Amino acid sequence: MRRGALSGADWATQAVMAGLVLLLSYPALGQNDPAPLKGPTFSSGYRFVEMSGEELYVNVCRGCHMIDAMGASGAGGYPSLVANRNLEASGYAIDLVLNGRRAMPPFGDLMSDDQIAAVVNYLRTHFGNSYQDAVTAKDVQSARR
Amino acid sequence: MQDEPLTVRRRDLLSLIGAVAGSAAMYHAMTALGFASESRYQGPIRLEGDPKGASVLILGAGLAGMTAALELRKAGYKVQLLEFNGRPGGRNWTLRGGDTFVELGGFKQTCAFGDGLYINPGPWRIPYHHRALLDYCKRLGVALEPFIQLNHSAYLHASRAFGGVPQRIRAVKADFQGQISELLAKAVSQGRLDEALSKEDQEILLLALKSWGALDHDYKYHASLIASEYRGYAKPPGGGLSAAPMPSDPLGLSEILKSRLWRYLQNFANYNFQTTMFQPVGGMDMIGKAFAREVGDLIRFNAKVTEIWQDDRGVTVTYVDAKNPGQPQKAVADWCLCTIPLSILSQLPVNVSASMKAAIDAVPYAGSVKIGLQFKRRFWEEDDAIYGGISYTDLPIHQIGYPSTGYNKSGRGILLGAYLFEGANSFEFTAMPPDERVARAVEFGAAIHPQYKAEFENGIAVAWHRVPFTLGCSGDWSEEARKQHYRNLCEIDGRILLAGEHASALPAWQEGAILSSLDAIARLHERVIKT
Repeated sequence: MRRGALSGADWATQAVMAGLVLLLSYPALGQNDPAPLKGPTFSSGYRFVEMSGEELYVNVCRGCHMIDAMGASGAGGYPSLVANRNLEASGYAIDLVLNGRRAMPPFGDLMSDDQIAAVVNYLRTHFGNSYQDAVTAKDVQSARR
Repeated sequence: MQDEPLTVRRRDLLSLIGAVAGSAAMYHAMTALGFASESRYQGPIRLEGDPKGASVLILGAGLAGMTAALELRKAGYKVQLLEFNGRPGGRNWTLRGGDTFVELGGFKQTCAFGDGLYINPGPWRIPYHHRALLDYCKRLGVALEPFIQLNHSAYLHASRAFGGVPQRIRAVKADFQGQISELLAKAVSQGRLDEALSKEDQEILLLALKSWGALDHDYKYHASLIASEYRGYAKPPGGGLSAAPMPSDPLGLSEILKSRLWRYLQNFANYNFQTTMFQPVGGMDMIGKAFAREVGDLIRFNAKVTEIWQDDRGVTVTYVDAKNPGQPQKAVADWCLCTIPLSILSQLPVNVSASMKAAIDAVPYAGSVKIGLQFKRRFWEEDDAIYGGISYTDLPIHQIGYPSTGYNKSGRGILLGAYLFEGANSFEFTAMPPDERVARAVEFGAAIHPQYKAEFENGIAVAWHRVPFTLGCSGDWSEEARKQHYRNLCEIDGRILLAGEHASALPAWQEGAILSSLDAIARLHERVIKT
C-alpha cells in the first residue's frame, strides 16, 4: 500500500549529485580508485540502476550476505554464498533472485532480466564458485512467472 | 400521523435504538449499518469460561506476544514467554544515549545521544484509528503526545527543480491548488463544462474554486495577499510603522508539475497518516515497557528458539541461550502461540501442516532503514520555523523527520535523517557499514539543511534486514500470496497458531500485531473451552 506512494523519484544523474553533494571522502570500495568522489551508486527510483554483477552484489546482496559473501546468523540467518553448491543449478539461483523465498526478498520488480543475469553470473564465478555456464537475460525472462 | 412513512429511515431507527438501548448499542448498530466503522477493535477482549489449567507457550515478547500473555493469564491460562532479545518489545524499540546495537555482520554501534534524546528505529507513529493500540496505551498508563505528520512549514525538495532549493509544503500546496483552480474556473467560464454541470452547479463550483484556490475576484491566482494567506508572505504582517505585509511570488504550475512535488501532497490525506497521530512521551518503547510491567515475570529473555514440535498431547519448543549457546533447553505447553517473524520461523524446523508451512515460506520481509542524527542545536526550529513534521526529498534519504517533542528548547536535538521503506535505496543503505550510512545521510541532508555541516555531532543507523531478531522490517505480502496463503497462515494448526503484524491486514503497524493476537487468542480460547 505504501509502496509506490512515494517511490518513483526521478532524479537520475546520481553522478552529478555525487559530485555536488558527496564531498566527504569514504573508504573507497575498490582500494585503487581515486578516493573522494568514489562512492556507492544510489538508485533514483524504485528500481536499481546498478548494472554490473559486482556492483549489484556490493550495493544490494551484501546487505544480507555480507562482505565476502560469508552470510550471518541471528535469531535466523542468511546463508553464506561461499563455495555454495546450491549455485550449481543456475535455474535455482535465477528463481531465488527473481521470486525470493523465505527471508530472501524477490528482486523481479527491482531488477531487469539483464541485471539478474549479471548478478547470478557474478555469484556463480566468485566467492569460491566457478560455474562456467553463464546465464542470459533470456533465461531470466523465461523464469519470470 | 397518517403521513408517517411506512419504511423506517436509517437515522430514525438509530435514534430509536439510541433512546431505548443507550449510546453503546446505537454505536454498534451504526457500525452494522455501515456508518462509523473506525476500527475492528471491539473493546477489551472477554475470554469467558474456564480454561481448566490449560497452558500456552508464547514465542516472542513483542506487542503481539505480550498482548496474548496479558489477556490469557487474566483468563486463567498458565502462560510462559520465550524472547530472543534481552529486552521486551521486539520492534517496539527506542535507542537512547549509551544503548548499543550489534547488527548482523557484527558492526556494533553505541548511541551517543545526549540526555533525554532518542530515536525510534521501528514504529514511530500511531494513527487515531488504531484503537486497540490506543486502548492498551490507556489501560497500561502510557502517556501519549501528538506526532506531527503534516507540517506546512516543512519542505518538499526535488533535486532538479527550483534550482535544487527546497520549497515549503504550504507554498507547493497553495500554488498547485491555486493554479489548478484557476484553470478549472477558466474552463467553466468558457462553457467547457456545460454538458457535465448545470448552470447552478457551475456557479457554485466557481465559488468553491475561488475559496479552495485562493483566487482573486477575476478567478486568477497570482502574487497577492489572498494567496499569501496560504503560501506565506515575502514580508509577513508586522507591527507599528512597518506592519504592512508583502505578498510572495507563486511557483509556476509547469515547474511544479515537472518537479513531481505534487505527489507528496496526497500522502498527508492518506488514512494511515491523517491528523491526529500520536507517539508515546519519551520513546515508542514506553509501550513495550508498560506491557512488560504486566507480564515481564512470564518472560524468559535471551532464548533463541531452535525447534517447534507438536503432537496430539502438546507442544515442545527447544531453545538455546542466545548469548551463550550451550545445552538446548525445552519448554512444553498444551498450546503454542508463535509470533516469531516469518523470515525466521521459515528457517526453523516446525511440524505444521504443509499448507501452513507453505504460508510461512511465502512472505518475504521488507527492507527499511532509519538513521538518527544528533545536532548541536535545533536549527530546524531556530532558523527554519519547522516544529515537528516531515520534509520529503527525492534524494536517497527520502525523508527528514523533525522531533514531535521538546519544542522550542535550546540545546541539542535529534532528526530522523533518513527513512527508507522498500525500493532500491533501502537495499543500498543496508549494504553499507553503519558509519557510512550516517555519513551519507548527513551529506544528502545538507542539500536541504545546509546547517548540517556545522551542527552535526553523531548518528546511529538501523537497517532492518540486518536486525538479528527480525531479518527485515515487516511481512511484505504480495496480493497473490495473500490470496493463496493468508488464511492458512492464520488457522489453528493442531496445537500451534501464529500472530504478529504478518498475520494481519495492517502489515508493519503495531495495531496489526495486536489485532492479530486478539483474534488468535479468541479462536484459541473457543477451541480450549469446547474441548
